[in-house]
Amino acid sequence: MRVFHFSEQPYPPAWLPELKSLRVDLPSRYLDPKIMADLYERYVDEWILADQLGFDVMVNEHHASATCVSSVAGVTLSILARVTKRARILTLGYPIGNRLDPVRVAEELAMIDVISRGRLEMGFVRGVPTEIPVSVRSAVTQVDRFWEAHDLILKALTSIDGPFDWQGEHFQYRNVNVWPRCYQEPHPPVWITGRSPGNVREIAEKGYVLGTFLSGYQTREIFDNYRNARLELGLTPAGPDRFSYLGLVAIAENRKEAERRAKTMMKWLNSVPLVSEPFGAPPGYFSVKDAARMLRAKGGMKAKTKDGKIVDSLHGTLPELIDAGIMFCGTPDDVYHQLADFSEGVGGLGNFLSMAHAADLSHEETVDQITLFGKHVLPRLQQAGAAQAVAAA
Amino acid sequence: MEINPTFVTVAGARIELMRRGKGRPLLFLHPHIGMERAGNLIDSLAGHWQVLAPSHPGYGESERPKGVTSVDDVAYLYLELLDQLDLRGVVLVGSSLGAWIALSMAVKSSERLSRMVLIDPVGVKFGPRERSDIADIYAISEKKFIELAYHDPAMAQRDYPALSDGELTVIARNSETTARYAWNPYMYDPRLRHLLYRVGLPTLVLWGASDRFAPMAYGRNYADAITGASLQDIAKAGHFPHIEQPQATAEAITAFGDAAVATRQKECA
Repeated sequence: MRVFHFSEQPYPPAWLPELKSLRVDLPSRYLDPKIMADLYERYVDEWILADQLGFDVMVNEHHASATCVSSVAGVTLSILARVTKRARILTLGYPIGNRLDPVRVAEELAMIDVISRGRLEMGFVRGVPTEIPVSVRSAVTQVDRFWEAHDLILKALTSIDGPFDWQGEHFQYRNVNVWPRCYQEPHPPVWITGRSPGNVREIAEKGYVLGTFLSGYQTREIFDNYRNARLELGLTPAGPDRFSYLGLVAIAENRKEAERRAKTMMKWLNSVPLVSEPFGAPPGYFSVKDAARMLRAKGGMKAKTKDGKIVDSLHGTLPELIDAGIMFCGTPDDVYHQLADFSEGVGGLGNFLSMAHAADLSHEETVDQITLFGKHVLPRLQQAGAAQAVAAA
Repeated sequence: MEINPTFVTVAGARIELMRRGKGRPLLFLHPHIGMERAGNLIDSLAGHWQVLAPSHPGYGESERPKGVTSVDDVAYLYLELLDQLDLRGVVLVGSSLGAWIALSMAVKSSERLSRMVLIDPVGVKFGPRERSDIADIYAISEKKFIELAYHDPAMAQRDYPALSDGELTVIARNSETTARYAWNPYMYDPRLRHLLYRVGLPTLVLWGASDRFAPMAYGRNYADAITGASLQDIAKAGHFPHIEQPQATAEAITAFGDAAVATRQKECA
């Protein structure tokens, strides 16, 4: 199993109890750029440490948010491309259904791939509903735009014989000719997040790495949809390396300290729904059927535990979150066993996206978490992964 | 009022069309909230007019052909409908987004039209670039929207849990289609202002005196920009006078529409 260290690069000083909206409409005067500069520096330091300890690294992107001040993933990726030495550098990802200029996306990714000497992992995401209000285009045609942008970006990254034209439904270009060409042949590996069976099938057909976040033990069904789609389509079976899952990690020398860290990090889960009313469910993001249902009763995020119990993903108790595989918490030995269990439960997980920093967890605590995981959990997971690969061969 | 829509096929799309009354034709184009609570106005008008009230493509039960992605496209579809039904001398009435569609039709062809009534229209950008002329439905709560858009917010409340699946589906569909047509540029077509010289119809602009969603100061621009247009307010109404004051709105429409006949008779004499 590969493990990617991940932080959303939050600005916790602005998470004030009186604020009911931490994204879209929170004025940036709540941010002190001097504090943010220190935070950016420490987050990069933590990624450097992760690189040294054998992790891969992951960044993401949100807009107008205090919980993720990574408004341009490409900026952080560019820094990491230069300051890390060996880690794979994953963005999960670029919101290409919202980006207005896919060719510019291709240019950014190609440069990062070359600067990192071929260490880029290229993740594309649809993005959460609250990204729509800060986008130029509506959610209505977002999925169509996503796939057209995907097709254009891939063509732009792999065309090395001179310019081509693109006259699509959503994007029109002349003389597309991306310099530099990619370091990796034919292009950096593609990851896409997905959950609905239709979307997962499309990702499976293309053989991309499937990204899932905080979906607990029902991740099994999502992965099975991918596996089954491959078989139905007569394609090579999907190995664990085609699957990724993002969970929170609270790890310490003793359980009491790990639980204290977990409670700090749960503030991030609690913060997820904090947004002004009109921004939570923009029209066109959900199907008409789902949107109609949500008018009657708002849903909320749920996850399934190993034993099939349904828990609230964002406001569940710590034991519930641990049972659901949303939080991996305890001593290094505990965390290893929880992750090994989870991997078995979902039918084999090749990539764990380790959110070992969240909310206002301090630099010292985060460094301790990365170090403990890197020294005591990562080698065991890598060994288990190697054994699995041998067994499968 | 009992709504018994029929369906017509226009440009390959199955369009829900309410037809009421006898007499000279009047095409009513609904706002972004759809045909919701438009029944009283239709009833009042049906005493005088042959009222045709379609649900726009993607609204209500109307299909939306793949190529229809803008108000401009909807305008062409309705010009096609008038051709298909071979209607002449049509009084064109639109409310809010429906008035935007009406304007978009009028600048293309007024061959089958006689007069136009725009009720609290949107669709044209007049104000500064740093501020929307019209409150942003995508940035305010439903409660706030109702406060701004209604003279009497009490009459606009929806009891969602009590609505049927069909009613909720229509609300969700209307909302999605509005985002498709009007998300950005928000509630206007940048070209339309420069095409208003093409409006060759006697035009009445009606405005709900209590409209704070699109205030009357914005409405005055329409009357100024369209040759010969006049602005008239409807008391005790917000953005949707056809809902809050259906009787007064119908009377204003009928008085103006009948004037069309008087004018034509005079011209013929």
